[in-house]
Amino acid sequence: MKISFDDLHKAFESRVRLGIMSALAVNDSLDFTSLKEFLDVTDGNLATHIKKLEKEAFIGVEKSFVDNKPNTKYCITPEGKKAFDEHLNVLEKIIQSQK
Amino acid sequence: MKEEQDYIQDITEIRSMMERSSKFLSLSGWAGVMAGIYALTGAYLAYVLFQFNPDEILYASSGSSDLQSVILLATLILILAIGTAFFLSSKKANKRGEKVWNATSRRLLISMSVPLITGGIFILVLLSKGLIGLIAPLTLLFYGLALYNAGKFTIDEVKYLGLTQIGLGLISSYYIEYGLLFWAIGFGVVHIGYGIFIHFKYER
Repeated sequence: MKISFDDLHKAFESRVRLGIMSALAVNDSLDFTSLKEFLDVTDGNLATHIKKLEKEAFIGVEKSFVDNKPNTKYCITPEGKKAFDEHLNVLEKIIQSQK
Repeated sequence: MKEEQDYIQDITEIRSMMERSSKFLSLSGWAGVMAGIYALTGAYLAYVLFQFNPDEILYASSGSSDLQSVILLATLILILAIGTAFFLSSKKANKRGEKVWNATSRRLLISMSVPLITGGIFILVLLSKGLIGLIAPLTLLFYGLALYNAGKFTIDEVKYLGLTQIGLGLISSYYIEYGLLFWAIGFGVVHIGYGIFIHFKYER
């Protein structure tokens, strides 16, 4: 099978976005602070990448209040999971084909 | 256009992120060794100082003050062991550039606390009914269940540590007269063995 680099989704070009998707793929949901700690990025940087993934409908947002403080939780959507899995498959094929 | 190296790096990072965000990996082997030493010391003191060695389910120790001393001693060991584990884990987490209190450690503690608190209350109830002989086996059993449950959120070895404690707990619930001995093996010897194994596997 021919592997095209076009199969790689543009949304996953950034390492940060790839990191967000990886973390959310193995967690039911994560809040902003946890994601920030895992990825070791600034608030602004993380917010930008999250917005981009939200626009693609790859992640969902769940807003609630904990002790009267806003608490935003993120989770992966079925579309996001599918796109991420496909991305992983393509990555794997690219590497295998070049061995 | 990305190079092949970049794709390999992508996959490495995806893998690392999946592991770091789902498992708490800063458990310290030394904490296990220390907990084992506290437990062995405690079991020895209980046996020698307070002649505590329940040989039947309805065990009456020589005096109620002795039983109180043993309970106090056990509580002290528990606090020491948890304190050491927390201290060494946070040191290890800092070294790895992680916070000790994060999404994974929270999940680890929550998954442990349900069996542990259930067991703790159950043991207090038995204590109030005088069923002293069952207490050592039950601490092993509930601790084992807590570890087995927590094993999903940390290194796999914790799961096997849990199964070992469950096994020891079940055997000692049948051979009540060896309760203290099994307790010393489970909390003492097994912890030390586990701690050394973890240290050599992950910390060198």
